[in-house]
Amino acid sequence: MLNYIWFGLMAIALVVAAFNGTADAVTKGAIDSAKTAVEITLGLIGIMTLWLGIMRVAEAAGLVDLLGRMLRPIMRWLFPDVPDGHPANGAMVMSVAANMLGLNNAATPLSIKAMEELQSLNPVKETATNAMVTFMALNTSGVQLIPATMIGVLVAAGSRNPTAIIASTLVATAIGTAAAVAAAKLLERFYPKPEAALEAPASSEVSQ
Amino acid sequence: MIRLIFEQISIWAIPVLLVGIPFIGLLRKVKVYDVFIDGAKEGFQVAVNIIPFLVGILVAIGMFRGSGAMDLLTNALRPVMAAINFPPELFPLAVFRSLTGSGSLALTTDLVKTHGPDSLFGRMAATMYGSSETTFYVLAVYFGAISVKKTRHAVPAALIGDIVAAIATVAVCAWMF
Repeated sequence: MLNYIWFGLMAIALVVAAFNGTADAVTKGAIDSAKTAVEITLGLIGIMTLWLGIMRVAEAAGLVDLLGRMLRPIMRWLFPDVPDGHPANGAMVMSVAANMLGLNNAATPLSIKAMEELQSLNPVKETATNAMVTFMALNTSGVQLIPATMIGVLVAAGSRNPTAIIASTLVATAIGTAAAVAAAKLLERFYPKPEAALEAPASSEVSQ
Repeated sequence: MIRLIFEQISIWAIPVLLVGIPFIGLLRKVKVYDVFIDGAKEGFQVAVNIIPFLVGILVAIGMFRGSGAMDLLTNALRPVMAAINFPPELFPLAVFRSLTGSGSLALTTDLVKTHGPDSLFGRMAATMYGSSETTFYVLAVYFGAISVKKTRHAVPAALIGDIVAAIATVAVCAWMF
């Protein structure tokens, strides 16, 4: 899927550029974006290091496990392939909580931590598991309790009632999230799981 | 009132977590600094792992935007949007939202300024931005960090969520405002 989208975006750009005469802009788009991508990543290094360290402390203190256990019923339904008591549960809860609070600096590293935990359950490291996709669906739909950036934009534009959008955003995001998770759950049946996904996590648990 | 509580939580959450987590660790006899360093070591490698994935996705989107293909797509889909009563003014934003964070923020700001921050379209634009995430960025970062290349149903599932969120935005705003 990503192979076709990736190539498709670039191929369409080339064809459109041929008709519009926008080849310069396409070149500029490519070069600037490559630079931006690296800048974004470099900007992540410090904050990522900090949160991965703090998360390790939280894990050692038993907090991650506790968080996972508190929400066990929901987690079991959303991520049936993740065993009870696995650190992935707590890491995913932390990440979703950070996203809901709009703590963007913390949310990305925490999400990556959760993905790493899910990867430890994955028998085929190159292929996404059902749990990874469901988790991603939950986060790409962006559940946020207070859309702080947008309130800022409305205030800057001179709004008389900038917080009016809080309710509409909450409802829209809840509907979008439900749809994304439902889609992930339904579509997973049509995409074969990473091979041996049913056996491998259990046996690796035992060997640990 | 509720807004104030959430704002306070947002402001205090990070400092409280940064102190609170090691504090509980100490209570449980964890060597907090040693453990912190141990976990933090991975930070650099994880960030570097993301680079190829993010460069790949952002470059393709940057080329697509640069060529003007976005305008063509918007114009081509205009009749379809009109048929389902989706405001054509908001359609470019609905598409941009999933592709680029900075691009959709600029577009939203522009829509809010053009139509007014308290207008229906202004609020729809703000709601649309706030109710979703930059799907392709999240995809590249999450899967890039753990080097997963076969994403299976991740793209269709996330896009279905984005489309539903965009339609829900228009419906909810039309009903509320």
